[in-house]
Amino acid sequence: MASAALENLKATELRLGLPGVEDDSPAPATPRGSKRGIADNKEEEAKTVTAAPAAKAQVVGWPPVRSYRKSCFQQQSKSKPAAEAPAPEKEEAAEAPPPVAGSGSLYVKVSMDGAPYLRKIDLKMYKGYRELREALEAMFLSCFSSGSGDAAAVNPADFAVTYEDKDGDLMLVGDVPFQMFMSTCKRLRIMKGSEARGLGSSSKE
Amino acid sequence: MSTPRSSASSPDPIPHKSVTLAPSLGMRDPEEDSDSTPSRMSEDDDCSGGGGGGGWTPDLRGGGGRWAPPDQVLEIVLESVLEFLTAARDRNAASLVCRSWYRAEAQTRRELFIGNCYAVSPRRAVERFGGVRAVVLKGKPRFADFSLVPHGWGAYVSPWFAALGPAYPRLERICLKRMTVSDDELALIPRSFPLFKELSLVCCDGFSTRGLAIIAEGCRHLRVLDLTEDYFHEEENEVVDWISKFPESNTSLESLVFDCVSVPFNFEALEALVARSPALRRLRVNDHVSIEQLRCLMARAPRLTHLGTGSFRSEPGSGGTSSVSELATSFAASRSLVCLSGFLDVNAEYLPAIYPVCANLTSLNFSFASLTAEEIIPVINHCVSLRTFWVLDTVGDEGLRAVAETCSDLRELRVFPLDATEDSEGSVSDIGLQAISEGCRKLESILYFCQRMTNAAVIAMSENCPNLVVFRLCIMGRHRPDRITGEPMDEGFGAIVMNCKKLTRLSVSGLLTDKAFAYIGKYGKLIKTLSIAFAGNSDMSLQHVFEGCTRLQKLEVRDSPFGDKGLLSGMNYFYNMRFFWMNSCRLTAKGCRDVAQQMPNLVVEVMKEHPEDEGETDTVDKLYLYRSLAGPRNDAPSFVNIL
Repeated sequence: MASAALENLKATELRLGLPGVEDDSPAPATPRGSKRGIADNKEEEAKTVTAAPAAKAQVVGWPPVRSYRKSCFQQQSKSKPAAEAPAPEKEEAAEAPPPVAGSGSLYVKVSMDGAPYLRKIDLKMYKGYRELREALEAMFLSCFSSGSGDAAAVNPADFAVTYEDKDGDLMLVGDVPFQMFMSTCKRLRIMKGSEARGLGSSSKE
Repeated sequence: MSTPRSSASSPDPIPHKSVTLAPSLGMRDPEEDSDSTPSRMSEDDDCSGGGGGGGWTPDLRGGGGRWAPPDQVLEIVLESVLEFLTAARDRNAASLVCRSWYRAEAQTRRELFIGNCYAVSPRRAVERFGGVRAVVLKGKPRFADFSLVPHGWGAYVSPWFAALGPAYPRLERICLKRMTVSDDELALIPRSFPLFKELSLVCCDGFSTRGLAIIAEGCRHLRVLDLTEDYFHEEENEVVDWISKFPESNTSLESLVFDCVSVPFNFEALEALVARSPALRRLRVNDHVSIEQLRCLMARAPRLTHLGTGSFRSEPGSGGTSSVSELATSFAASRSLVCLSGFLDVNAEYLPAIYPVCANLTSLNFSFASLTAEEIIPVINHCVSLRTFWVLDTVGDEGLRAVAETCSDLRELRVFPLDATEDSEGSVSDIGLQAISEGCRKLESILYFCQRMTNAAVIAMSENCPNLVVFRLCIMGRHRPDRITGEPMDEGFGAIVMNCKKLTRLSVSGLLTDKAFAYIGKYGKLIKTLSIAFAGNSDMSLQHVFEGCTRLQKLEVRDSPFGDKGLLSGMNYFYNMRFFWMNSCRLTAKGCRDVAQQMPNLVVEVMKEHPEDEGETDTVDKLYLYRSLAGPRNDAPSFVNIL
């Protein structure tokens, strides 16, 4: 399909700079939608009055997809151009704000071997690996020490932080520049140091 | 008072003239916007009247053997007969016959359906109906789902619970949609209703796991706890272990749906709960459940019919990682499964595990799973019995073609966008729609998000799928014409209303002129719900709709060039409708005031664009008007002005 071809083209595009460093180019202006069968003056008028400014800022509540559903795909949707911000940001607060914030967040799930349940963190909150690691330690160590009285048994150094990238491969966190990591990381997994050796082979069945 | 619409012999469900009888009090209708399985919350289907019992003879002596005077006999007979009527329109019609029928019907109505919680006061509803066992309440207008209704607008359940508690101690079932319910209000349920059995909350907000814990602990006869797309805003450290609060003995649970309660929970408690709930048939868990945990649950509940599969991803715990074949074994053992959903964080490698049940599936919800065509085609090829299918557009036209080839019995299709923005690429188009129309001739309901559409494909659907009851097409780019001809989408939607003679719900999009609405008015005689966005040229569009769509009950309009003239063209029809919503059009305060003044039984609410704005403006950004016997509500926030 044409759109898939476009995607591939973009991926192989030669650029200076590492992948993951986005240039905020707006969506390609395709000819679709601009061709009109009828030249209707009233219709033109209607467009200029009711439609947002020509550059098509995001309109509140359009397309009509419930915020519950939208928040589930927050990290998968294209990052919206920050330039056109005013209209959506000015909107009335949604009935109850969805758990995932607006276009400026990148939530990933974090699992830890042995921990009772998953957590979610926003990668955009961290400027680099060190902050990320500190946050993870704070989050997960507390859940261990509150369970058993055995705080000494849990040593952060025993654990390795890994992540699953876009291709589903398990990678060790810290090998690539942070920005690149942010754009390819789909989920995080904290595992025992011993298991993290020999990473590079696929983790799939 | 409005002029009643003339309808010669058709059994009109809504009484026009009598203001004393609340038109909105009727029976529930199934299937609107909630999850896969018909969850009794929507307005698309019509329930036909209840069946009668065979071999029953009335006890004409009444009162246990004593002779009763003739008029009392009639009432007793009447009540006994009316017990069998379940459908709203039948009951409403029966109540209009005469006073004794009105009384008998009021005493025997078991389900109270309030389509707009502000249309009637709780006190009045409770005074009329004495024997109610189930209540369905709907609150906010649907556009609240899309952030168009500011926070704090209303739809509080408190006055209703305050009235229902004392009036209906035998109440068994409550369904709420788009209402605000607090934990304290949930706490009223076990206190007021000792026989309580079923709670269903759809798109509600205001409560937390604390309220759920109270329900679990207090409602000892609970059969159904269904939480669908509710808004939770809890910090993880505030979460209460509600699952542990269910009774320790065997429970009566038949349905437990909590996929929207997206906070961690006590899995061991859930496993134990499932093990001691022998009647459990529907279970939908949240994304904190891994494949390994899912297998545990399935082993405990081998007779499940509806399963929400959680994350559908492996999280190696103490038991190690499950393989695909191990998971397949679990599915093979669940012989009763007919409905699958979840897949909230799916690892597509595990999909083949569901093959053992695919042939029996009537409902499959992949709408939270970002799957490609390659991933979905092998699965769909097994799903020969599918009647309901929800999916993301990531499967593309190719994926939809596979659906068309296999699922000849399909009745409902929903295709959601992964990237719900105007400029997204969009992976499905008119090609997919055309394929579906050719393969799924029995289609009754479709919701389709896309970026590219043609009139030809829509016309094809109108011709191939004459049984369509619900047609909702969302071309995400505003004002977008036919991608091949460049024409407006008038002809496509015109064909839909012309050829699909059972159509009751329609959502339009794309570039549309007044002509489209002329078609809708001319042919859309059964349309009850109409949604219009970024469409039309002039007020004539609205006039066509009001004058033509004689069954119209719910009209939602946004961002269209309609003004006061269009609004006023609806004057004679507003009493026949449940509500009319209009935002970002060209209304003025004067036009809205004219309507309010001329129609005393309408509540006309206008809202400012920005709630913080002070003072009056001449233009009205949001209008929400609805018929009501209760008059202006007293809980409106400051940004709502009731004219």
